[in-house]
Amino acid sequence: MIQQFVIHEEDYRRITAVCDRLTRDANAKSVFLVDKNGQLIASSGATDHIDTTSLASLTAGNIAATGGLARLLGEKEFSILFHEGERDNLHISIVAQKVILVVIFDSRSSLGLVRLRVKKASEELAQVFNELQRRGDAMGLPSPFAEITDEDIDNLFN
Amino acid sequence: MPFINLPLREITCKIVYYGPGLCGKTTNLQYIYAKTSPEARGNMIALATETDRTLFFDFLPLGLGEIRGFKTRFHLYSVPGQVFYDASRKLILRGTDGVVFVADSLRDRLDANLESMENLRVNLAEHGYDLDTIPLVIQYNKRDLPNAMPVEELSRLLNPRKVPEFPAVAVKGEGVFETLKAIAKLVLQKVRSG
Repeated sequence: MIQQFVIHEEDYRRITAVCDRLTRDANAKSVFLVDKNGQLIASSGATDHIDTTSLASLTAGNIAATGGLARLLGEKEFSILFHEGERDNLHISIVAQKVILVVIFDSRSSLGLVRLRVKKASEELAQVFNELQRRGDAMGLPSPFAEITDEDIDNLFN
Repeated sequence: MPFINLPLREITCKIVYYGPGLCGKTTNLQYIYAKTSPEARGNMIALATETDRTLFFDFLPLGLGEIRGFKTRFHLYSVPGQVFYDASRKLILRGTDGVVFVADSLRDRLDANLESMENLRVNLAEHGYDLDTIPLVIQYNKRDLPNAMPVEELSRLLNPRKVPEFPAVAVKGEGVFETLKAIAKLVLQKVRSG
């Protein structure tokens, strides 16, 4: 059995609500939640001008490389990364050792405020993802793709 | 690990192109990028050195259409092939759903192919995957070069598992989409079996 990461409607609603609130409370431009394999889970705020797929992949790569560095130094992980730009800044943190929370903010906010709000949002998100994992482990969640046929797969390429 | 977003009705799978340095992993991705309509793909990211050797990874997001109302997306990654980038290679295999091993058909690259395949086995194992069971496709690239080894000989040495294998000339696109289709199919079949 392969592991699958399945997000249901209720989880998605809760996750998006936390991201929306964080965007507001931290006065951020946008917030992204990314899984450690580089897939975008949710986003909030001004995301129209951003290539969110690339952002997710590069963030995961960044976290993976930093995690590699941490282990080299005997650390478990570096749980927070901060990139400062001329205009925009990037605050990246790991939530519940599972997912990556990315906050983009400019001079209308501050690193202190972002850190403070991220801490609270992380606790809420950790709860969601821990529940999600417990439920997945307990039920062994059936794949929504269990019913697809070879023909369905072949049709993708026609 | 496939990521399934039920509210958005999307499934995303990760495929990694692996193989020795200069075997044509990036070339595969570049050809797919060039021949896919802009609506079906995102931007291609290449984290490369100043001499265009892959430093960390290449990344290409692709949308293949819908299966039973689910948008089916594939994230294609290629690893840096050079031996000393092993730490990066290991990181990129994290969460992969399938692997394309791009072999260099040149006879003097045989040892590099064998070493890379063994390296793939070790690095997959670090993530809890088994080279003998993970969805895998092998591509024998550079078939147009005069000192290319016969496919049968390469197959005997690199493909004891008898996974789907394709001769290719990636710079001309030969075999590139056949390889992609084969791995996408294997990955989706595995998703189906759960």
